[in-house]
Amino acid sequence: MTAFLKKEWTESVRTGRLWVLVFIFALFGIMNPAIAKLTPWMMEIMGEQFAEAGIVADAVTVDAMTSWTQFYKNIPLALILFVLLNSGSFTVEYQKGTLIPVVTKGLSRRKIVAAKTLMLFGSWTALYLLCLGITYGYNEYFWDNGIASFWLFGALGFWLFGLWVIGWMIFFSTLAGSSIQVLFATGILTLGMYLLGLFPVLGRIFPARLMSGMSLLRGAERPEDLYGSILFTCLMLLFSILASFPCFDRKKL
Amino acid sequence: MDMLTLSHVKKCFGENPVLKDVSLSVPEHTIFGFVGKNGAGKTTTMKLILGLLAPDEGEILVDGLPVRYGDTATNRLIGYLPDVPEFYSYMTPVEYLTFCGGITGMEKREIQKRQEELLALVGLEKNRRIKGFSRGMKQRLGIAQALLHRPKLLICDEPTSALDPVGRKELLDILVAAKEKTTVLFSTHILSDVEHICDELAVLHEGKIVLQGALEEVRNARRETAMELEVERQEDVALLLAEFPFLQPVGRNGLLLRDEIHLPELLFFIARRKLSFLRMERQEATLEDLFLEVIGE
Repeated sequence: MTAFLKKEWTESVRTGRLWVLVFIFALFGIMNPAIAKLTPWMMEIMGEQFAEAGIVADAVTVDAMTSWTQFYKNIPLALILFVLLNSGSFTVEYQKGTLIPVVTKGLSRRKIVAAKTLMLFGSWTALYLLCLGITYGYNEYFWDNGIASFWLFGALGFWLFGLWVIGWMIFFSTLAGSSIQVLFATGILTLGMYLLGLFPVLGRIFPARLMSGMSLLRGAERPEDLYGSILFTCLMLLFSILASFPCFDRKKL
Repeated sequence: MDMLTLSHVKKCFGENPVLKDVSLSVPEHTIFGFVGKNGAGKTTTMKLILGLLAPDEGEILVDGLPVRYGDTATNRLIGYLPDVPEFYSYMTPVEYLTFCGGITGMEKREIQKRQEELLALVGLEKNRRIKGFSRGMKQRLGIAQALLHRPKLLICDEPTSALDPVGRKELLDILVAAKEKTTVLFSTHILSDVEHICDELAVLHEGKIVLQGALEEVRNARRETAMELEVERQEDVALLLAEFPFLQPVGRNGLLLRDEIHLPELLFFIARRKLSFLRMERQEATLEDLFLEVIGE
């Protein structure tokens, strides 16, 4: 399996996918505090225009919370880009037939799924930490993260949500024939779970709840409130991973 | 002992029966030619042996072990060269072979040694990325990766069809050399390749094996000879045909005698009438004739 994992790594480095993602996640990490920092300045410039139009803009105060708000606005987009760039992880190999020499050499199909899952989960975790770390660092430097309660727990929540999305992307990859199908199925599932989560009863435990880290940071919610959805998300994630193995065993390459 | 056995294998794609009832056995240390027209089901048979497709009926054994669809342990014994091999284009041949060695659990030193031997054998540059490779070069890398882990059974799907005459000759030589240590099953529609290197052959036609056996046996069993006679003048053709109605006209001034029992009287007639003939030649059935005969064309 080590050999296949190494191949996955070489692939993401040589095709440039890794560098694009590092760039995106670092950029988002920098943008969050930067936008917060620039808000008063922008308001000042626009304030003059507003004044002419008869709108009175108060001076805005920004702090770490403004930057964290930006983080939770931007990170879903980073996740979408991650899924877009990695949706072909399996399907491109089906289309090119590059897995055939691998499977016909006797490498167990389960090891292929395990290696790809490990690589995708690992790179999501590392990239997420990069983005989070940059935002946290700047926040600490400019303001004070102390006002954001449970920031780490909130961040863990979205990280888990990311794993959940990627887990299902892998599951659909073991069934679908093209990345469009993978993206479509993953999108429908996520959107469906999000819409169903709008019903208060379901919303309490559905994965989409993990996206709302801001309510934790503001103190509107406590970590205990998320336990239900964490458990449900973990169970679904586990199911997606376990189901991927038998599905890939039956997959026509 | 047989390295590979297929018994009563059937496979349909939807309503379309591709393999109706295929049984064959490949003895150890032979080069086995698997012959058939395009679309006869050769690739399907190979994919069944590799567990890439599930048979509807029948059993396949590799070195005595049953093949299971999906994850089959028998693939550890096999080296496979697909008809259009595709590799990770961002790697170099050395990296690809190292990767292949890794997944088959070979030791580092062994991988290093084998890759050097094989790259020299197939004549590929070590450090050029696969991205710019032609189909022939991919075929060479394909044979190298298939032989890397010293498989007991080497399966090649039309290995020579993309190669130029020199490359083809080289590839056939590699297969002959490989025979000492492994058993080779290769599919082809190029009959001269079979004549050059195969010990055994099977002909697949319309989902069934219509001819199978050792090359020499097959040839001898079907040996059908005939005498071809060419005369100088056209009017002599008519004369001979009138006297010997069982002769078959071929070409412009040619005649074919199938039953050689009539040869003395024919020669006597020619001598008596002083007919001038250009040549008389014994014809032997070629593999191509056999092939066309068994597939009924």
